[in-house]
Amino acid sequence: MGVPADFTFEDVNGHRTAVLSGDWTARGMVDAGERLITAMDGSDAVDLDLREVTRCDTAGAYAIIRAADGRITAGKIRARKQTLRLLKLVGDAIQVEPEIIPPVRGFRALLERIGRGVFGLADDGYSTLAFLGHLLVAIGRCIAKPSRIRWAPVFALAERAGLDAIPIVATTTFFIGAVVALLGANLLTEFGAQVFSVELIGISVLREFNILITAILLAGRSASSFAAEIGSMKMNQEIDAMQVMGVDPYEALVLPRFAALLITIPLLTFVATLAGLAGGILVVWTALDLSPGFFLQRMQDYVGVQHFWIGLSKAPVMAMVIAAIGCRQGMEVGNDVESLGRRVTAAVVHAIFAIIAIDAVFALIYMELDL
Amino acid sequence: MTAGDVEPGEDAVSTATAPPIRIEGLVSRFGEAVIHDGLDLTVNRGEVLGVVGGSGAGKSVLLNTIIGLKAPDGGSVKLFGQDMQVASRRRWSVIERRWGVLFQQGALFSNLTVRENVAAPLFEHTRLPKREIEQLADLKIALSGLPARAGGLKPAELSGGMRKRAGLARALAMDPELLFLDEPTAGLDPISAAAFDELIKDLSDSLDLTVFMITHDLDTLYAITDRIAVIADKKVVAAGPASDLEKSDHPWIKEYFMGPRGRAAAGKSTPPPSMPPTSTSRTR
Repeated sequence: MGVPADFTFEDVNGHRTAVLSGDWTARGMVDAGERLITAMDGSDAVDLDLREVTRCDTAGAYAIIRAADGRITAGKIRARKQTLRLLKLVGDAIQVEPEIIPPVRGFRALLERIGRGVFGLADDGYSTLAFLGHLLVAIGRCIAKPSRIRWAPVFALAERAGLDAIPIVATTTFFIGAVVALLGANLLTEFGAQVFSVELIGISVLREFNILITAILLAGRSASSFAAEIGSMKMNQEIDAMQVMGVDPYEALVLPRFAALLITIPLLTFVATLAGLAGGILVVWTALDLSPGFFLQRMQDYVGVQHFWIGLSKAPVMAMVIAAIGCRQGMEVGNDVESLGRRVTAAVVHAIFAIIAIDAVFALIYMELDL
Repeated sequence: MTAGDVEPGEDAVSTATAPPIRIEGLVSRFGEAVIHDGLDLTVNRGEVLGVVGGSGAGKSVLLNTIIGLKAPDGGSVKLFGQDMQVASRRRWSVIERRWGVLFQQGALFSNLTVRENVAAPLFEHTRLPKREIEQLADLKIALSGLPARAGGLKPAELSGGMRKRAGLARALAMDPELLFLDEPTAGLDPISAAAFDELIKDLSDSLDLTVFMITHDLDTLYAITDRIAVIADKKVVAAGPASDLEKSDHPWIKEYFMGPRGRAAAGKSTPPPSMPPTSTSRTR
């Protein structure tokens, strides 16, 4: 359908006239516009006859106006009324010079980006401190008056962030325990020291993997959902609505998330410990033929309960870090979808980074303490 | 500070005569961009004030400043005679209970049902029994013209017009004296918009509400406002009844009221309540 755009030159009443035909539209024009511009370039006194044009859109009108190059005057153009109006509309629009902001390039752009980055970092630091200040005030108020704590959302969130995470946390740590056991079994058997794989599994699961895997999974699961929930509430002006209603969003949104993770992460860590040990026991039993009873007895004799407490001692810190990072990033969401995506990503990345950094700090502290 | 030192119990007496909103010399800035520069505006008790201005003139910033979402960069905002900048937390919450805000998109809490949304301020500020709060919420829902079944729906299940009505029901939950509306009829079809106007007029007349309303809707302006404040050139350039503003020679006001839409809306000003709205002049 549609006739491709074309044109011919004719002499009408002694005037050289370009007779246009076909569809002068973005789809039908192909190169006709360019050809018309070349054909009319330089030749003065060319009339236009557009009566044969079947359809004309803004792209076609633009090409015709450019070809005419300011020579369109009432007498020199013959067209249907509709086409004339379109030409006038487009002609007026191209009078408006588009404002071009020259892009900054090269070394200057680099400096600008560094400058922005530094200021961004300062802003970020400031708003982190502001967030922590708000949070401390809210915690203080809730301690002074415990009836302010909103228990219903605390438990709803604890169910979603904690209870629902049990399967994934248990499965993951089970496999981690099993992998550590396999590594230990293979390496230690070479020295004939395969029984030490019990210590290897016990210490690594109790001290590190239970809390680390739990925290990393919750960073992926909960920090992101906290950021997305609070962020989309922010975009929907729900946080504003809360504030003008006299409800402190830190009390209503942030604290329940804090409390939920503080309750659930230690419990999840315990589940993770059991699952990790189960994985280890299974591998040791099948690969090394050391029975579960032997495993547990040796754990009791040589591993010691302090490793469990060391692992668990990190749980509240991890919980606070995950909740704080998730909620803070959510509060920073602006009014556009892009910032929501950026903030949710940042929540997960920052939370995982913080977890690993904190774990390293804990490892150093406990090493110095000889625990 | 005189008003700031008033004991919470005395506020009803001391602020009874003060205008609900008095803004003096307000300055608002975002970075280097100055939005308001020396803006003055007073809203009197019981009046419906429409706020108009071109896009980006700072209408929403003004609203956010009054309700405390943005701190003023200069000047003062007094609500019921209380300078909000120096108000204590307790004074804030006393004032907060006296206003209701309808945001442009409704800003309903998306994880709560409409009934829970409307009940939220009551749970927050009163110690009424749960049963009574729910009945009150249902009453507000009915008052705002929503069907009874809407109470159990989530905001996502509502149409745009219903969401605004639900937002209005929530704004009215605490029986406020001062109602803020941010473009209440924007995005509504002409019939719903006219009905919404009617509703606000009825409520403001019968509850003696003071209404601060941002709107672009000329029909709304002519139908329900007592006064109109025009924001241009970073301040309120004129405030008065529509009939006065029509005579203004400020270029923006002239174009606003004397443009084709303005003339059409003025032509049918003070329509009888039963008159069906004409769709041609309804602005978005």
